[in-house]
Amino acid sequence: MTAKSKDELLHDHNHDGVDRRGFLKCMAWAGTGAFCVMQGGVLKSYSMSNMSQMASKITAGQLSFVQISDSHMGFNKAANPDVVGTLKTAVEKVNALSTPAEFMLHTGDISHLSKPEEFDTVDQILKGATPKDIFYVPGEHDMLNDDGKQYMERYGKNTRGAGWYSFDKKGVHFIGLVNVLNLKAGGLGTLGHDQLEWMEDDVKHLKSSTPIVVFAHIPLWSVYPEWGWGTEDSAQALAYLKKFGSVTVLNGHIHQTMQKVEGNVTFHTAASTAFPQPEPGKAPSPGPMKVPAEQLKSVLGITDVNYVHGQHALAVVDSSLA
Amino acid sequence: MRRIVSTAVLFATTFGVGFAGLFAGAGNLPAAAPQKVDATEVKIDNFSFGPSELKVPVGTTVTWTNRDDIPHTAVSTDKMFKSKVLDTDEKFSFTFSKPGTYEYFCSIHPKMTGKIVVQ
Repeated sequence: MTAKSKDELLHDHNHDGVDRRGFLKCMAWAGTGAFCVMQGGVLKSYSMSNMSQMASKITAGQLSFVQISDSHMGFNKAANPDVVGTLKTAVEKVNALSTPAEFMLHTGDISHLSKPEEFDTVDQILKGATPKDIFYVPGEHDMLNDDGKQYMERYGKNTRGAGWYSFDKKGVHFIGLVNVLNLKAGGLGTLGHDQLEWMEDDVKHLKSSTPIVVFAHIPLWSVYPEWGWGTEDSAQALAYLKKFGSVTVLNGHIHQTMQKVEGNVTFHTAASTAFPQPEPGKAPSPGPMKVPAEQLKSVLGITDVNYVHGQHALAVVDSSLA
Repeated sequence: MRRIVSTAVLFATTFGVGFAGLFAGAGNLPAAAPQKVDATEVKIDNFSFGPSELKVPVGTTVTWTNRDDIPHTAVSTDKMFKSKVLDTDEKFSFTFSKPGTYEYFCSIHPKMTGKIVVQ
């Protein structure tokens, strides 16, 4: 647990321990840890002082997995000249988790320029991770120049369309979506008609009590459209998930942690393992943000997710690499 | 080698602006080049094309240069031109041989849009 000792909860919305229904926004900026739990559609947020009472539930979690994102292998500019080193640190963090992760999700931008050697390097480093199964969705940096052909050959073997798919783990239904292809001038991320139709069919026969985890690269909620941080047709995808009591949406792309809860849906973005990006609108552009070298690992991170069967709970915990 | 360089300098000095104009499309000239030559450059800075709208005469070669730490592209919405992915400091050139308004964007960051008006 030393990994989390430097984490702080920036926004404790729940000083009094009272549950909040409906819209609730809880943001944890890069380098901090947020701890929120969904239980039967009701959000409970806990300050770090209450963590101990939650710890037993978490460690007894029936399903534990890790999300990593935006490794940008091949990036070598001032914001992080050593993305190999920070990805290795992320793997060490995954391997040191008190509850071992059963598998990993990588929410895209595996590579920086879609070069074969960049994918090779990431594959090699991730072989050192304890969880052996890794489920990918592509970022726009993984589908440069070839509309995703190489990505599909490497990571898309058991997928539909341009790389979307679903699978089940211990009663939780996972849906991996692709929203980085066929982007239109002036627009945001796009899922497209074919994928939406597939998704509607994919969830149609599931019981409403089935916990759903959706993962995709670009956020499926409108984080900051001015910088393209959102997905044009995400509302349609979310409409298919209305009947479910517990929906967790995991995204990357914006290189900082952020969380929002709306009704039955918890949205969460993970930190990058490579370099941070500015808070929405706080810089002239969303380009890589240079921080002092000694602070870099505090703004990179991994995300640990735990599900406790029968409690409708998915606990999402961000840990920095510091 | 020295002699060749000297000859080139002499040539440039003798023919002055005419020589500069000849090579303008390649985007290799320093700031000293005439105003009109500079205007065929589109710089990509901070996730935006500058200038976002550029007016040029028919036959002009426009060169895009990516000065960001993140790769970008320049792709026309009617698919008439499409750069490869431009990493930092990489360039793409396209010669506009017909008049018209050509809208383009970055296919990686589609919020980035620009326009070339060819007259």
